[in-house]
Amino acid sequence: MGKQVGQENTPAPWLVVRGGRLPLSVRLDRRVPWVLLVGLLATLAVMVVNMGVGEYPIPPVDVLKTVLHLPTGNSDHSFIVNTLRLPRMLVAALVGVALGLAGAILQALTRNPLASPGILGINAGAGLAAVSLIVLFDRVSASLLPLAAFGGAFLVALAIYGLAWRAGDSPTRLILIGIGLTAVAQALTTLMITFGDINNVQRALVWLTGSVYGRTWDEFWALLPWLVLLGPVALLLARDLDALSLGDEVARSLGSPVDLQRGILLGVVVGLAGAAVATAGTIGFVGLMAPHIARRLVGPGHLGLLPTAGLTGAFLVVTADLVGRTLLAPTELPCGLVTAAIGAPFFLYLLWRQRS
Amino acid sequence: MGVVTTSTASGGLRLVRSRGGLVAGLVLGLALLLAILLASLAFGAAEIPLPEVWAALFAFDAGATNHLIVRTLRVPRALVAALVGASLAVAGALVQGLTRNPLGDPGILGINAGAALGVVVAVFLFQIHTLSLFALFAFAGAALTATAVYGLGAWGRGGPTPLNLTIAGAALTALLSSFTTAILILNQRTLEEVRFWLAGSVAGRDLALLAQVAPYLLAGLMLAFGLGRQITTITLGDDVARGLGQNTAWVKALAALAVVLLAGGSVAVAGPIGFIGLVIPHMVRFWVGVDYRWVLPYAALAGAIFLLISDVAARLLLRPTELPVGVMTALLGGPFFIYLVRWRVRR
Repeated sequence: MGKQVGQENTPAPWLVVRGGRLPLSVRLDRRVPWVLLVGLLATLAVMVVNMGVGEYPIPPVDVLKTVLHLPTGNSDHSFIVNTLRLPRMLVAALVGVALGLAGAILQALTRNPLASPGILGINAGAGLAAVSLIVLFDRVSASLLPLAAFGGAFLVALAIYGLAWRAGDSPTRLILIGIGLTAVAQALTTLMITFGDINNVQRALVWLTGSVYGRTWDEFWALLPWLVLLGPVALLLARDLDALSLGDEVARSLGSPVDLQRGILLGVVVGLAGAAVATAGTIGFVGLMAPHIARRLVGPGHLGLLPTAGLTGAFLVVTADLVGRTLLAPTELPCGLVTAAIGAPFFLYLLWRQRS
Repeated sequence: MGVVTTSTASGGLRLVRSRGGLVAGLVLGLALLLAILLASLAFGAAEIPLPEVWAALFAFDAGATNHLIVRTLRVPRALVAALVGASLAVAGALVQGLTRNPLGDPGILGINAGAALGVVVAVFLFQIHTLSLFALFAFAGAALTATAVYGLGAWGRGGPTPLNLTIAGAALTALLSSFTTAILILNQRTLEEVRFWLAGSVAGRDLALLAQVAPYLLAGLMLAFGLGRQITTITLGDDVARGLGQNTAWVKALAALAVVLLAGGSVAVAGPIGFIGLVIPHMVRFWVGVDYRWVLPYAALAGAIFLLISDVAARLLLRPTELPVGVMTALLGGPFFIYLVRWRVRR
């Protein structure tokens, strides 16, 4: 059987794809393909615009030509677009995808619409590691930062999960232990900020706020594998997420090995969010906001929700970077600042519309 | 869209303990508070023996250095720590009851973010450098933000429901702290000036500053204690509370006012001290149960004791360098809190 869509006159809300001989069938909200297509085009458009603006403006057509390695008649374009601006844009997009996905998974797991990767201590752990590195070791190489940040995020998340595990896990214990350990990590970060050398502290603050400034192909290639590996795992587990988001009892009675699934999914969240934070610092609100927007667009089924949330995240970060670069030009605002400033009012608006 | 409720956070509804035991606990707590107050007067950069502390309090000799230290430095500081600790813990308990969210603390209602922005604006735009003016701006920022959050929350569908308040608070907090960070990133002088204040500290506060904010804090505490029964009802859900004949909108507005007075006043005098508002109420509920008529006074006692201990530890740990007490609270309380959660939360 191929594609099966409802009758012509009354379109069904679902799109069912069966895999013929493969033991695979997919049931998607009908809106998903269109939302994904429009989202992808919008994100690409913003990326092209973003690569065109700056101290050295380049028309969008020339940006496109340069990316596709077509001649534009200006030898500077290749360096500016392909070496400086393209990797930064791709990093921004990937970071957005990772944060959006992580947020969507975590909100389902904790059954708390306000949960974001921050409660797993990822931001706090990465922040502590990176700020310590910047403040304590004055002239440290910038290439060590992502490594330290990822290590910090991973260790704190592991500690939270380990401490919350007691003959099975529980979303409540997880959240509360997360609060406690995050508070401790943040206190140590504050200590660094209070007593560190003022110049280092300011650099640390920029990092803490989240920025894709000066990111290169190195960061892109370091980030990509995480998404390529963990993205499909998340999609494979999408149906289990649907069950888990109904509550442990329901999921168990549907035959789900709840603790195991939650463990794997938390691992996915830590990997995605940790890699994102290691690359770009803590870009706030994307992990919180993207899943909400996605849910409004394609409904609650996770198979459609996850890719939509990822794409929404990418759009948000790319747009925030564009705004941050142009708003106070030539001064650049870190995009984490912009996501918070745009995200807050939008978030309020979104939630109130949802209630009516 | 359920925010996790406080009742599951403490591992299921616990029946209230016997009245006698609770009263005895309060008396014991008060005695402990007095003992720690005295200890806080004795320990520090210069150690002063207890008899001399006693003499400084009741037979003051203006010629003795130690007497001066006790009277002008340590007494105000200890009082500030006790009052701020009590206020923050009670404010946190109120917010958690009001929003039925275990993640709730005064920071959620935008109080810390508003106060911080107030102080940063004071330094950045108005070149203000004195602590008492910091306090004024912090209080104004806190009160304005909390009012805005409450207004936004009440404006949403269904009035000031837990979810509305929490979301409005989280959103406004993110917005304001991004402004604060922007100023701090763009202006190094402001960062230098406020970073110690931002860590939270009770050092160098004098009696004049305390007198400035004490009325707000005490009024807030009285108001909170008066609302104990109503808050307990609200934690059972708006429908239940209304069914029991409660005017929930009024109770919420009054509780929000108490939170603004308590947390706003605390931040004004000591900076944004985290952890206490978030975690002390949880600890107290583990012992006392979920009846806010008892949770609130116990939270006040526990908060005061905890901040005093943290302050003494902050003075002694790296003597003569002092750690900001806001850092100390998390370092001391974090592990203890994790221990409690691990062994007391079953589901």
